Amino acid sequence: MSSITRRRALGVAAGAAGAVTVLAQAGPAAASAPRAAAPAADSDPASFDEVYRGRRIQGGPAHGGHHGGHHGGGYSVTIDGQELHVMRNADGTWISVINHYEPVATPRALARAAVRELQGAPLVPLTLG
Amino acid sequence: MTVRKNQATLTADEKRRFTAALLELKRSGRYDAFVTTHNAFIMSDTDDGDRVGHRSPSFLPWHRRFLIEFEEALRSVDATVALPYWDWTADRTSRSSLWAPDFLGGTGRARDGQVTDGPFARTGGRWPVNVRVDGRDYLRRDLGAAGRQLPTRAEVDSVLAMETYDTAPWNSASDAFRNHLEGWRGVNLHNRVHVWVGGQMATGVSPNDPVFWLHHAFVDKLWADWQARHPRSAYLPSAGTRNVVDLHDTMRPWNDVTPADMLDHTAHYTFDTAA
Repeated sequence: MSSITRRRALGVAAGAAGAVTVLAQAGPAAASAPRAAAPAADSDPASFDEVYRGRRIQGGPAHGGHHGGHHGGGYSVTIDGQELHVMRNADGTWISVINHYEPVATPRALARAAVRELQGAPLVPLTLG
Repeated sequence: MTVRKNQATLTADEKRRFTAALLELKRSGRYDAFVTTHNAFIMSDTDDGDRVGHRSPSFLPWHRRFLIEFEEALRSVDATVALPYWDWTADRTSRSSLWAPDFLGGTGRARDGQVTDGPFARTGGRWPVNVRVDGRDYLRRDLGAAGRQLPTRAEVDSVLAMETYDTAPWNSASDAFRNHLEGWRGVNLHNRVHVWVGGQMATGVSPNDPVFWLHHAFVDKLWADWQARHPRSAYLPSAGTRNVVDLHDTMRPWNDVTPADMLDHTAHYTFDTAA
């Protein structure tokens, strides 16, 4: 059994490094989208660090050397130190690999939703085999 | 010729053969390769970058090709099997025969979401969840949790009425048929069904639940229904669109099939009812 990171499984982190720039250019489209509950797409959401239902959830700008780029436009979310794969939608809402079909307004709401869904289970890197 | 039938009309023997073929693909390891492929695309398809399987015009032809490949794998096990579809506007409760122990099994138990009956229950030992994003290796569901409702026929009809296939910016913000069917905008059809089922179906590794195929077979049928209703509406965009699969561009991971190749499903299968 091989255990590899999700990003290696993909081979490349498609377009992640340019995501913030492109999001900024997409400003008008994002602003006219229906679920504009989140801050404007060209401003980064606030960092957070809290214990929610007994688990530490953290979010903030991703820094170099931490798995490379992120589809969240340079934003990283962890649960008990394990990275939760997150993605930002064009309208500024967020989804994660745990809740991939139900956008929420902020990364903090996304982390809390993942904790509820996990029911205490640990996040694991993608396991193949 | 492969005929895809409404799951509600399957005979006991057809259900038995379908679930047996699924279990054999699982046993041989071929099933999990489909889960891995889907998750790789769902994590790499982004609104502002390259996008193929989701949140883009090729959502429909990509999944049509993906299901054809999966159906071919099933038929290599049992040539009588075809993918059934789940019309979730009609069979819209957890009491549907879809969720009976002789077919897909029911919802998960409250404590940990574990499915405890049917061929895919952990207790049967034949459906380990290997391609996963958390520590749990058993199939989970939470059908209709928190009073969630599946889409209605009227909601489906409101989306089928949209004349334009897709429109710029060709992603989750688009306002046309494809994105309303996918569910990022509007009444929300496809996405909402994933959420209604819950468990792995709500995650990036959603094909771990066999209902994934029945859900997408119905989404695929809705595309065919839409084509029949709008014979003059074409797949868009047609050419030259950055990060997006145009009509004659090839799609990953196959690299030898285009959306144009996927427009006519009758080359591969037909449905039990006229579109």
